[in-house]
Order: sequence, then structure tokens, then C-alpha cells
Amino acid sequence: MDQSLFTSILFATVVAGTPLIITALGELVTEKSGVLNLGPEGMMSVGAVAAFAVTHHTGNPWLGILAGMVAGMLMSLLFAFMALTLMANQVASGLALSIFGVGLSAFIGKSYESVALPSIVPMRIPLLADIPYIGPALFQQQALVYFSWILIGLVAWFLYKSKVGLILRAVGESPVSAHEIGHPVILIRYLATLFGGAMAGVGGAFLSVFYTPMWVEGMVAGRGWISLALVVFATWRPMRVMIGAYLFGGAMITQMFVQGSGLKLSIPAQFLSSLPYVATIVVLVLISRNLKTIRLNSPASLGQPFLPDA
Amino acid sequence: MQAASEPIQELKLVGICKRFPGILACDNVSLEVKRGEVLALVGENGAGKSTLMNILAGLYQPDSGTISLNGEAVHFKTPNAAFAHGIGMVHQNFMLVPNLTVVENVALGSKNLHRFMNLDLNGARRRIKEISEHHELPVNPDAYIWQLSVGEQQRVELVKTLCFGAQLLILDEPTSALTPQETDDLLARLKRMTAELSIIFISHKLNEVKALSDRVTILRHGAVVFNGTTADHTPAELAALMTGHEVTLPRNESHDQSTEVILSVKALRARGDRGNLALDGLDLELRAGEVLGLAGVSGNGQRELADVLAGLRPVESGTIHFQGKNLTNHSPRRMIEAGLGYIPEDRHHEGIVPSFSVQDNLVLKDYASPKFSFSCFLKLGEIERNAESLRECFDIRCSSTSVATGSLSGGNIQKVILAREIARCPKALVAVYPTRGVDMGAQEFIHTQLLARRKEGVGVLLISEELEEIMNLSDRIAVIYKGRILKVLPAAIATREQLGLLMAGVVNE
Repeated sequence: MDQSLFTSILFATVVAGTPLIITALGELVTEKSGVLNLGPEGMMSVGAVAAFAVTHHTGNPWLGILAGMVAGMLMSLLFAFMALTLMANQVASGLALSIFGVGLSAFIGKSYESVALPSIVPMRIPLLADIPYIGPALFQQQALVYFSWILIGLVAWFLYKSKVGLILRAVGESPVSAHEIGHPVILIRYLATLFGGAMAGVGGAFLSVFYTPMWVEGMVAGRGWISLALVVFATWRPMRVMIGAYLFGGAMITQMFVQGSGLKLSIPAQFLSSLPYVATIVVLVLISRNLKTIRLNSPASLGQPFLPDA
Repeated sequence: MQAASEPIQELKLVGICKRFPGILACDNVSLEVKRGEVLALVGENGAGKSTLMNILAGLYQPDSGTISLNGEAVHFKTPNAAFAHGIGMVHQNFMLVPNLTVVENVALGSKNLHRFMNLDLNGARRRIKEISEHHELPVNPDAYIWQLSVGEQQRVELVKTLCFGAQLLILDEPTSALTPQETDDLLARLKRMTAELSIIFISHKLNEVKALSDRVTILRHGAVVFNGTTADHTPAELAALMTGHEVTLPRNESHDQSTEVILSVKALRARGDRGNLALDGLDLELRAGEVLGLAGVSGNGQRELADVLAGLRPVESGTIHFQGKNLTNHSPRRMIEAGLGYIPEDRHHEGIVPSFSVQDNLVLKDYASPKFSFSCFLKLGEIERNAESLRECFDIRCSSTSVATGSLSGGNIQKVILAREIARCPKALVAVYPTRGVDMGAQEFIHTQLLARRKEGVGVLLISEELEEIMNLSDRIAVIYKGRILKVLPAAIATREQLGLLMAGVVNE
């Protein structure tokens, strides 16, 4: 394979995987606290449109990212209030949040449909970017790509190497026990849910500000759902989320290259488009087959409300 | 770790009231504990013991009343506040996170765990070692909780509570899941700990109360009915105070042997839920008109044996003959039709459908019989009449037979199951932990019923961990250990010690 093709595919793969990583890591932390928020699609959509609008008006993409984050948090706050304070069913509230978010973003974004943002110059990391083949693909990326890598380490450290992470895991496993030791179960679940919302907002912002610097209705295109699935298939482990995200991104990009390459294929395009989903599911099912890993990593009280009795 | 607060010389609860919707759980309760003392808090299920202790542990807030420590009034708004004052509670359902290790569970409640931004568990590990050596409570700090037996988990709970700096230990029915040896062991350990600690010991096993406690407070319907020195009263007196009437648990006195084998199990092998060989060549014969007690520490194949007999679990090899017919690997329906009564271990999930009414649960096995249905229609009137008559016979206490069965107390749910199984006139009855968690009144009733069935010629297989229960009711006692029957002995000659050793797998001829 010639260098430029390989590099472009790798580059595009990393870009495609980034919003998935960020969103899925947020959802992972939320789920580890025992809250099942099915709203990433909605939170990403609102995050994307908010980031786009603010970037368009201020000209500052970083303010845009911040706006996306805040928008995602507000959406997740709505969910947290319904599911944690009002004890509504988490599955139903989360689905509602997704549907609501997609609709709301379309409504807000109506007037931005034909606007384009200036594209943002990537951040080049000296020396590393000079490595042949992989250098230009990995180290000449947008800042948020590096952020997603740092985030993986941060989340892994937080969950397994910090006191609060230990408490958060205990809350997701056995809220009654955590409550009995005196930890504020509901507050921790609120914070974890807000973090999930913030990350979904950033993931959405990456799409509208960096990835395709424009706003199109429905542009999140199922990435929220993919992130949700990644968390489960990655058996709630941060590193596996990254593997899954790049796998999906890689398959997506490869099939686009194949479709765009002008090769005479007798395979229908729709079939090619579905390949990334199929490939991701197959690979992740294979790596997550170990029952013991699932047992050890899946939060035991996921989706169950906690009602401390007076 | 929590800093040790000043020592607890005296704890006083005065006039504690707590009301839950529709029920007064604690009615003006007062009690006191002094340093180095063991107070037994005794009462039936629903007497308010656990509520009272949850108030003391900071989990519930009292509606009125005061708690004072060393003469000073205190308010425990959160469990942390109670810990900070040196009060630690070991709950009946352990408060351990199964997917974390022992040291992580202890670390959850500790402070100052970070070193260079990293979780430092060595401090917690050292502390566990210190405590467990000091109090002779061996635990492996790096084991996952789910890998531990119930007895080990309890030791972890004790160590955890002590690591948090508890000076007053509240133990909520600590022996309910232990073997006789483990129980004796625990009582001896607790006795030693009183050199430094005070203990509130919740139980309804009066022999343990007698063995351990200095003073006893008895609760009934949320109110204190008795307060006194343990040594001055016999268990029978305490039992009467606890239930409000004389309790005499029935005994099987006759021990006459019938010879007709009704259920016979040969070389049975079956797998447990984790794929392990839970039954490994088990042989057992149940005769008509006898109670065969199956003693053993839980987890030695009792559950699998009961499942297999009820047709719920496939048999790998071996045979089950019921009334001379080979019924190995038949469906639950066939076992029921053949005349097997079954009182399952998990009464909420297997025994009843909690959201169904008492009426419906009582015909769960017979709804299709001509008595209760015609073509595809249920005879609702007949079902209701059936429920009303069983409710009377079996003293099922419910406001109406159309309430959801899940809303009844454990003892009453058990009576519903018992009524259903007995009303079907079974030839053999498998009763798995039939009195676990039910109060003495219900226990007395269930025991009487089992013995009455025996008199009628029903073969009763009684699976229980309570040696008391097994020895009182059985004609013969079989001890199960690691999926086999270790020994079968006549109940008349069996002793507690002998059974205890057999349950631990020790066979000395």
C-alpha cells in the first residue's frame, strides 16, 4: 500500500473514532455508577448544534466546545432529575432524552443549515509528526484527538486508582452498601451522569466544529447509539472502548475509500455501508465473550433506582 | 482510617419513636448499654429491632426521642456521624460490594488513601492485618467478596466495622447463616472482644442470647416489653415474653420406623449453576410416614438436590424413583402430578408469584383441575372458597385473600405455600429451609403441620441448616457434604456435636 493512502486511512480512522471515544468514556463513567443513560444520541446532537452556534457567532471554536459541553450537561441534568430524583424508569427516560435531543437540535439548528465554519488548523506535535507513515496520521490532528487519548488514561486512573473512583464503582455495584458506609449515592450518580452528558456534548461538538465544520440536521447519525453499544461490548473497560471506537472508525473509513475508489464491485453500496457496524459487533462480541470479565466489570445495579428509606 | 473517638462508656436511647406509613415501628423505646457489656435485643420479625438499630447507625432518623453517648446528646444524621462516634453495625444482609476485594471494601470507608495521586491500599491492608490478628479474625485482604463463603464474609464485615474504629458493635442476627461450629466460634470471639468493646446482639435464637449476653431487652410490636439480666431468666421465659404466649415447639417423639420406601435416589449426579458437580453420587431413601432431616452447611448440594427432585434441574446420571416409578429427568409438571409436594428455598421467587393474589397463588398448581376450571374458564367462586377455607385452616394472616401475596410477611407467605402444597395431599413433601427467617409463632405452626403430615403417612424430606429444627422433627438424619450423603443416623441417637462434625466433613468411626 502506498504511503499516502495508508496515512490517509489511518488519519481518517482516528478522526472518525474520536467522538465515539469521548462520548463512550462519558457513558462508561455514568454506567459504572449504576445509571443507564440511553441519551447519548440526544446529548451529542444538542452539544453539536450548541457548539456550532457559539463558534459561528464568536468565531472561537474553544468557546464552542465549552458550549457543547454545557449543553450536554444540561441535557443530562434533565435526565438525572427524572431518573434519580423522580425515580422514573431509566430506560424510558433515556430513550426520551435521545428523541428529544435530536428534535431539539434540529429546531435550534434550522437557521444554521447553510452556514459553514472556517476549518481549523490541526495541532502538529513536533518530532512525532515526522515519523513516516504514522506520524502525519496520529500527530498532526485536532487538539480534541489528543484530548481523547488523555481522557482514556484519566478515566482508567480515576476508576481504578482513585478513592472517588472506588466509591463510584461501589455505588454502581451495591448502592445499599455504599449508602451504609455513608457515601452520598444519589449525589455521586448525579455527578457521574453530568460527566457523561459533558463528554457527549464534547463528542457532538467535535462533529460540528472540527469533523464536518457545518451543521446538518441528523448529523450525529447514530454515533450516540454506537457509543452506547461500545461501552457494553468493551465490558466497561476504557482501553477496550478505544479499540472498539477505532475499529468502527477504521471499518467506516475503509468502506468509504473502497466505495470512492471507483473499483468495479458487484457488492451493493448499502451492504458496504453496513459493514462497519457488522464488523464492530462481531469483533467486540468475540472479545467480550469471557463471562468472568463481564461478571467482574459490568456494574451489578446498572439501571436500578436507589431509594434510600427514610 | 477514622480517628478513634473517646471511648464509649455508656450509650442511652430514650423514648425513640419511628413511624413508617401505616405502622409504628418503634414505640417509645428506651435502652442502655455500658462499656464491655453485651446487650441482647430480642424480638420476633417485625418487632422493630432492625429499625431501632438502623436509627442508632444513622441510617434512619427517629421521629422523636434522644440518643446520648457518655451523657451527651448526639444526633446521627448520616452513617458517617455514627461511625465517627464509634458505632458500627454489621447488617444481617452483609453490606459488602461483591465485585470488590476485601481491602477495597475496607478502603471504601477510610480516609487518607492517596499517595502521589494513586490509591494506596497498603494502609488499609496493614490496618486489616492489625485488626484481624488482634481479634483473631483471619481474612485474606485480596480475595474478592464473591469468592468467600458466608462465614468468611461475616468475618470480613466484622473486620471492616472494626477498621472503621467501632467501639460499639451492633450485630444484626449474625449467626443466621452460620454452621453450629462457626456459631460457637463467633460467640467465643465476641465474648473475648467485650474486653474492649460493647456489643448489641440482635437475635431470636435464645440459646445464643443466653450464651453471650449480660442483659436482654425484648421488643414486641415496636415496644419494650422486658428489660433485665440474662442470667435470671430461662430461654422458655424469654420466649414467652418475646411472643406474648407460651411457645412449645413441637417435637417428634415417636421415632417408629416404617419400611415402605416412597422416594429413592441412587448415585445421583447433577451440576450446579457454575457448572461444578454439585451432586456427586448421592444416595438417599425417604420412607412413607417419616421425617428425614437433611443436615448440612448450605452450598453442599442441598439446593441442587431439591431442584432435581422437583424436576427443575437436569440429572447427569443416577436415578430417581418415586413410588416405584422411574421419574429421573421428568418435568416439574410430572413430579407434581406424581404427588410430590415442594416448599422451595426461595419463597419469593420460586414459591409464589408475588404480584398474584393469595387466591391465585393457592391454586397455582391446580388451576387446570376440574375443581377450579371448566374448559378454558376459571371457576372464580370456587377459587375464592378454596382460599377462604385454607386461610382459616392455615392461619394465613392477610386483610383479604385478594391482596398481592408479595405484600404479606415471610411467615405468612410460607403458610400460603404450605397450604397449597398440603391441600394437594402429596405422597412426599420436600421442604427446603421451611422456617428460615420466619418468627417463632409461624415456626411452631409449620413444625406442627409437618409432623401432622408425617402421621398421615407422607414422607417428609426436611432440608435445613438449623440443627435444632432437624433434631426436633426428624426420625432419621442424613448429613450432606460436598454433594454426597456422608452418613444417615437415627435421630434418637444423634447429638449436636456429632452432627456438627459431620457437617464439617469429619467422619470418625
